[in-house]
Amino acid sequence: MRPQVAIAGAAESDLGEVGPGFTPADLMAQASLRALDDCGLTVADVDGLFASTSQLPMATLSLGAAVGISPRYSDSTQIGGSSTIAQLDHARAAIASGLCDVALIAYGSTQRSVGRASASIQEISEYEAPYRPTLPVSAYALAAARHMYEFATTPQQLAEVAVSARKWAQLNEHAWSRGPLTVEDVLNAPRICEPLGVRDCCLVTDGGGAIVVVSSERAQTLRQPPVYLLGAGQAHWHRHISEMPDLVRTAASESGGRAFAEAGLGPAEVDVLGLYDAFTITPILFLEDLGFCPKGEGGAFVEGGRTAPGGALAVNTNGGGLSYQHPGMYGMLLLIEVVRQLRGDCGERQVANCHVGLAHGNGGVLSSQCTALLGDATTI
Amino acid sequence: MASPRSPFATFQEHCARGELAFQVDDQGAPLFPPRVGPTKWQVSQGRGIVYSTTTVVPRGALPYNVSLIDLAEGFRMMSTVQSPDVEIGLAVEVRFDDQATAYFVPAEAQRS
Repeated sequence: MRPQVAIAGAAESDLGEVGPGFTPADLMAQASLRALDDCGLTVADVDGLFASTSQLPMATLSLGAAVGISPRYSDSTQIGGSSTIAQLDHARAAIASGLCDVALIAYGSTQRSVGRASASIQEISEYEAPYRPTLPVSAYALAAARHMYEFATTPQQLAEVAVSARKWAQLNEHAWSRGPLTVEDVLNAPRICEPLGVRDCCLVTDGGGAIVVVSSERAQTLRQPPVYLLGAGQAHWHRHISEMPDLVRTAASESGGRAFAEAGLGPAEVDVLGLYDAFTITPILFLEDLGFCPKGEGGAFVEGGRTAPGGALAVNTNGGGLSYQHPGMYGMLLLIEVVRQLRGDCGERQVANCHVGLAHGNGGVLSSQCTALLGDATTI
Repeated sequence: MASPRSPFATFQEHCARGELAFQVDDQGAPLFPPRVGPTKWQVSQGRGIVYSTTTVVPRGALPYNVSLIDLAEGFRMMSTVQSPDVEIGLAVEVRFDDQATAYFVPAEAQRS
């Protein structure tokens, strides 16, 4: 296995609530400078710029101006929360084909400070608009309801996802929500969109992050241990929830299958997972569609703290979008956590013998699915 | 060559006549939502079953139903079901409100 590229630098911006006046470009720039510093490069080294945020459609233009980068390759892909994982795949292709040598991928959002309504404008289908679905939550509620109907998945099982996320967050001093949380608390929380209550839904925070991607050879000369991209896959089958062919089967089966095939790995070889947990139903769907359990058994799979600290499978070890941070689109932060685990930098929440990580991003309303398999030096 | 009407305008014209319209492709497979391209319009019988359903609970306003309906002709659409008890699998049929917006009621309502 000779991976073409590796993640050489990774860092987050300030998180939580950054306060008035900060822009998404400020947070992208802050994270970018930190990620470059992390690996010992500077803005002068960057010639490929990748950025996404719901607040700035021309994200790379804003970031380039904010940090003083004039790239020869620019990619402002916007496919929702999966954009960062897609851009990691794009950066690999760009580096492999000589379009750039040092790719900087950034994300930033001030959605808590400015309000979700203005930060995350929804594209509403004219065929759905008369029925006033509250997006994105209504779409995920419809998927959860169908999963419960087909597979007898229970609200308690959904709640277990939130409780496991909270237990990881309690090991992470940077997590937004660290207080005690029980299955009963989740079930008794105010309802948002049945069967989902407020504790089934991700946080609304500010924040951002950035990663630096270079060739594997160059990564080996830099400051941090390289995290190699072993395989990646992208897929999308619909835009709006009423167009989704089957609400309990996502395109993660296709994106994940492609990533695993390329890496020559299977689910049993994955040591740590970052699964996009905008809502408690999503990790259940992705555990199934990525092959960690059979279709329909995701609810039973997460029971008993299996994905919590001390469980058999480490999922969302920073506390996830449910308890760590969720600045609008979460793909960047989950990717950074997998990188940190593979570097062995996670302190109290570090997964032992952690060599292979899976980062899975979801965008839109279960619409876009992007999977990346990452490994440390022992995997190449 | 300009198309005379958008897919959505054509759909709405059907709704104004009390018709739930959808398209089929050149193999006869149903398509929804309507789109541009080589398609033919058809009118549904308006009978279907609830594929999934949720109750939206807005802050400071009354809860309401949002459902996905699988029509008998083989296409799916978002709508709302006017009933106190909406469950997946419920047989429903289409109605149009005074804005010519399609909604659904339990199929039994017509017989009783």
